[in-house]
Amino acid sequence: MDFLRHVATIAGKDLRVELRSREIIFNMAFFAAMIVVLFSFAFLKEAKSGLMVVVAEVTPGFVWIAVLFSATIGMGRAFDRERESDTMRGLLLSPAPRAAIFLGKAAGLFLLMAMVEVVVVPMVWLFFGSPLFDDPVAMGSLVVLATAGVAVIGSVFAAMLMRTRARDVLLPVVLYPILVPLFIAAIKGTSAILGDMPDDAWFWIRFLLVYDALFVVTALWTFESVVIE
Amino acid sequence: MKRAIYLAAAAACIAGFAGTLYLIFYVTPIDRLLLFNQKIFYYHIGAAWMLLVAVLTCGVASLLYLLKRQSRHDDVARAAGELSVLFGAIVLVTGSIWGKAAWDVWWDWEARLTISLLLWMTMVAYMLVRKYGGPGSERMAAALGVFGAINVPLVYFSVSIWRTLHPQTSVVPGLRGSMRVGMWSCVALFGVFYVLMLIPRIQAARNERRLTELREQALDAGIIQ
Repeated sequence: MDFLRHVATIAGKDLRVELRSREIIFNMAFFAAMIVVLFSFAFLKEAKSGLMVVVAEVTPGFVWIAVLFSATIGMGRAFDRERESDTMRGLLLSPAPRAAIFLGKAAGLFLLMAMVEVVVVPMVWLFFGSPLFDDPVAMGSLVVLATAGVAVIGSVFAAMLMRTRARDVLLPVVLYPILVPLFIAAIKGTSAILGDMPDDAWFWIRFLLVYDALFVVTALWTFESVVIE
Repeated sequence: MKRAIYLAAAAACIAGFAGTLYLIFYVTPIDRLLLFNQKIFYYHIGAAWMLLVAVLTCGVASLLYLLKRQSRHDDVARAAGELSVLFGAIVLVTGSIWGKAAWDVWWDWEARLTISLLLWMTMVAYMLVRKYGGPGSERMAAALGVFGAINVPLVYFSVSIWRTLHPQTSVVPGLRGSMRVGMWSCVALFGVFYVLMLIPRIQAARNERRLTELREQALDAGIIQ
């Protein structure tokens, strides 16, 4: 119970800092929205009716690429803050367990990404008429699990790269190859929801559950041995 | 003594390459569909096996390094990481040539091709971290090595499912007789080749690390400026 309280305290601290400065969330959300708009230029075609419509098969990609790219800028910044005033040292010296510090940072990132998704998912639904909300339970599970995976793995690598000179360049380089299975699952799951194939969608949701469980354990262990000096 | 064994093994490996060339071009039959083009398959499969072996070596060595903090494990991970990039490049190039002959395209997002590409890219990322990570990058690279190795079954599973949801066009020939012998002797030969390349690379990594340590000691002692 104490453990969860520590996690909540650290996530709450990150959110409070963010809500006072608002420097990450607005930029992340704008960046994500901009990606969706840019994508629409790449995949628009003219329908028989003369209207411009987007190729329906590619809309799941819009959502997930926008989320992933915007998350990357957010996670780098979330750890930059701890570095700039050397507050990571303070966190590590606090009586909270290391695992709780890590999960707190990951939870903060999860909440930031969730706020971006609140903008991006309805935007894709509104602009491209994708029936993303036809199966809200499946879509919700997919979004939560995929976001959790990105937040956990992203926090490990962002924390590791914190003291590195080329961290902004290296973060996507190390992050994306590891996130590929998650990305496939998220896109295929969303396509299944759009195509009204609930069995396929739930298959990918279960896959994400396994992926998340596996990497939460690995992440907790690596965070202990890599970040803590 | 060790040197003599190594040189003998290297000579055997060279003879082995000559032997497999004979096996491939004179003993194994010409493929019914792909004709002469199928010959590239023997070296392709050997390199593909070694890509997987190298990635797993790198993952296990990285894990040991994070657990025990002994630099000798890091030397192994580094050597295996480099070799996985090398074998991955061989796999992708020979695979493309094979694909052009078999399906008339240089690349297809077929499951195995995609898996090899993703594995290779993970290892390229590993090398980039080592090169540009700056001081302390060994531990970061080790963490990436561990994540990459854990990711292998997930990539394999997700990509296979992703592709089998679509019809497959590739024809994987059922291997019989001398083709089977040829394939497995190539895999074994590449295994020996891999170990022969790994050993000197580990030694080079160790020497490089020792040299850096000595230079730091000399700087501390004021022997060099």
